[in-house]
Amino acid sequence: MKALIHWQMVLLGTALQAQAAVAQQATVSGHHHHGQAGTAATYAPPASPNLRHAADAPDHVMDHQVLFSKVTIDQLERRQHNSGALEGSAWFGGDRDRVWLKTEVEQEEGETEKAELQALYSRAISPYWNLQAGVRHDFERESDSRNWGIIALNGLAPYFFEVDSSLFVGENGDSALRVEAEYELLLTQRWILTPEMEVNFYGQNHRNSTTGSGLSDLEAGLRLRYEFTPKFAPYLGVHYEKKFGNAADFAREEGDSPSETTWVIGLRTWF
Amino acid sequence: MKRPNLCHQNISRRTFVTGAAAGAALAGISGGAGARERQSVLNGEAVHTLRGNRFDLNIGYTPVNFTGRDRTAVTVNGGLPGPILRWKEGETVTLNVANHLAHDSSIHWHGIILPSDMDGVPGLSFAGIQPGGSYRYQFELNQSGTYWYHSHSDFQEQQGLYGAIVIDPAEPDPVAYDRDYVVLLSDWSDESPHDIYANLKAEGHFYNRRRRTAGDLWDEIRAKGVAQTWRDRKMWNEMRMSDRDISDVTGYTYTFLMNGQTPDANWTALFQRGEKVRLRFINASAMSIFDLRIPGLKMTVVASDGQNIEPVSVDEFRIGVAETYDVIVEPDGDSAYTLFAQTIDRSGFARGTLTPDPALQAAVPAMDYAPVLTHRDMGMGHGAHGDGGSHKMDGMDSAGSTDGRKDHSRHAGHNMEPMGGMDETDHSQHSGMTDSALHNRASEQYSLHGGRPGLGGMQGVWFTDALGRAGHGSNSSIVHLPSEFGYGVDMRSSMPGDGLHDPGIGLRDHANRYGRRVLTYADIRNLTPTRDQREPSRELQLHLTGNMERYMWSMDGIKFDDAQPLMLKFGERIRITLVNDTMMTHPIHLHGMWSELETGDGDFIPRKHTVIVQPGSKISYLVTADAYGRWAYHCHLLYHMPGMFREVRVV
Repeated sequence: MKALIHWQMVLLGTALQAQAAVAQQATVSGHHHHGQAGTAATYAPPASPNLRHAADAPDHVMDHQVLFSKVTIDQLERRQHNSGALEGSAWFGGDRDRVWLKTEVEQEEGETEKAELQALYSRAISPYWNLQAGVRHDFERESDSRNWGIIALNGLAPYFFEVDSSLFVGENGDSALRVEAEYELLLTQRWILTPEMEVNFYGQNHRNSTTGSGLSDLEAGLRLRYEFTPKFAPYLGVHYEKKFGNAADFAREEGDSPSETTWVIGLRTWF
Repeated sequence: MKRPNLCHQNISRRTFVTGAAAGAALAGISGGAGARERQSVLNGEAVHTLRGNRFDLNIGYTPVNFTGRDRTAVTVNGGLPGPILRWKEGETVTLNVANHLAHDSSIHWHGIILPSDMDGVPGLSFAGIQPGGSYRYQFELNQSGTYWYHSHSDFQEQQGLYGAIVIDPAEPDPVAYDRDYVVLLSDWSDESPHDIYANLKAEGHFYNRRRRTAGDLWDEIRAKGVAQTWRDRKMWNEMRMSDRDISDVTGYTYTFLMNGQTPDANWTALFQRGEKVRLRFINASAMSIFDLRIPGLKMTVVASDGQNIEPVSVDEFRIGVAETYDVIVEPDGDSAYTLFAQTIDRSGFARGTLTPDPALQAAVPAMDYAPVLTHRDMGMGHGAHGDGGSHKMDGMDSAGSTDGRKDHSRHAGHNMEPMGGMDETDHSQHSGMTDSALHNRASEQYSLHGGRPGLGGMQGVWFTDALGRAGHGSNSSIVHLPSEFGYGVDMRSSMPGDGLHDPGIGLRDHANRYGRRVLTYADIRNLTPTRDQREPSRELQLHLTGNMERYMWSMDGIKFDDAQPLMLKFGERIRITLVNDTMMTHPIHLHGMWSELETGDGDFIPRKHTVIVQPGSKISYLVTADAYGRWAYHCHLLYHMPGMFREVRVV
């Protein structure tokens, strides 16, 4: 469709040019030159144009419709007590429309505690915000897995807080809300301190994934990274998790503590 | 060899790769008719000069090594820069350009007034030069002065495809000199330009190594107190912008070259006692704006963009990407001088030496302090006005605002709602008018098709009434189109500053601080009278727009892909007013026609091909549409070009 409109414009332009050329040829032919000299008094608008032009040139001034991609691993880390985590995202597309993947994986005592993958369509809706819609799949530890639909808003809030908030609607009317915020404090151009927080709310209890209705859990972290390059930055930090209400009860029933603080060492990278 | 003074804050080692001493290894491919000569007697690989009126130019790959790492450049006749083409006004030149690359290529003759199909812009002027193919350019030279040429294909300009053009005048030259040197500035990166662009798209601040730190904040608090610091930071934080965003691509990846030589390789030119030396400065960079000075020497600027001007004596001038300035210097016969070109963000420099003796060189000065942006650079007016976040800036509130393309059917008078920011207009300039009166006046005054619907130019804002006098600039209201309220625009100047008397960010206090006289556009006066003294019949107000966070660039919020051509009627005289709604300095280049800068003197309007538009400022020039065809009109910063680009069609 766009190409069609373009060619109409080209044809229109050609027709207009031809028309103008005929009109111009009827006028007296003058000579103008572009040199340094020239007197203002005698200047007349050019009347004898060079009619060579390339109206039929193809429409590619440069490669404009280039698609880009970015794979970010925000956290790839070892935590105390033989546990670890992976958090990352990837996008592919143009300036407005992109496909996103987001993932979170947590290991505890050597086995995968939690793993989820989101696939989203993302559209830029304002200078700093993207509206996203898609699906999430949870790979549960010992029971059946779960699927969710997602509406998310992500972007950069005033004061440079990176915010990702997602509303999840699951099978059987399950619902959940997750809000994540991150801030980058530059100590120097290379030493960067990153406080971040994630809060999860659920509409229902779910014993297998130790989530409870209402405010279920909170994760907070403080990581200090060193950017050897913007794309390669190892870090040290501290990670804190706390479960609330029913979620805390489920954790206690399994013999886990509802809150935990661990040291972490990891790598942040993107390409 | 004297080393540059590196005692600067926050400088990483990589910031100052000034080039391995080896310099460029350039394998010369022979090509081109006409005599060849060396431009300078020193430093091995001098830039060749080709004279005559028939030239064979070969675009090909050339191995180079500027930083200690082997890389491949894209060059003309094996040189980086390509050969200096020395022409004579009045002659017809023929250039057979052969493309030996694996990709399409092209050469654009920057600043040369010629037929559209000789302009060398693929997609507008011609189909480009295919691999293994060639194109025969032929045109008559109706001008003299200093110009340059470069590829208009892909990012080849970043890879080395550029060179100087000097056209000797047919009449006796009004400028007297004994020696004549081209000083071509450029920026080289070992990264591929596609990687640079991808990095910017992923993180707009990727190459900014001078971002604000906790240490800066502490210094600021100690200097100004917590309250004032909070007020100062509030605006930037709420806007999610950095006052340290001066350049997109910096010395973090660039090595800056003078005539293809790194600062360490030190390009050198000779003179003898008592000689007047003409230096033809050309900024052939992809992304780097330079501030140029020669410590110890006054420079008399005699030409701008190839056009003779009334001589102005200065200590320093800013040269935007694609601009050219010719200066005359009269050095003392006993000393050497450093030609010092520091980038606008002070992340690096190019340098060379002017000396009576090859054994002599001068100290390389420390770079000046790095500028930070102020309210003024946001187009928010001066002083206390617009303090503390009372301005209008985008946030989530503009979500879902109208898409620019839907608005083409809108007519004058229906555009009340989008004129955000106008209520902040300095009322003193419109004494006695209420806000609504101002809105009414503005909406009656402009239309989206310039009163010439037959031309189909439904782009930009056109004014036809109450235009300012030719040479004196615009007095039309600032109108932000609905298309400026989308996801691709992060800022709009409500009170754009004066782009004429302002030497630019980082130079404003150089007179007070260092006692240097800095050139401004207002200083430039053409040597000969204005040829076309008609008043403009209509005025186009075009806004330069972008989103730093998303690294998107556009005009009026519409990127080139989605834009329709700007239609001009052959022979008409119009005014173009550029409003910079970004924090970046943009050099804007109109192909095929002169941009006659309105400096306040209608009788001696200087003609330029590239005009710097300061951040948050506006500037006006006149254009006589005396060249049929399809012409490119764009920001000359290479990575802004894909979006900040328009086709101008003269019919």
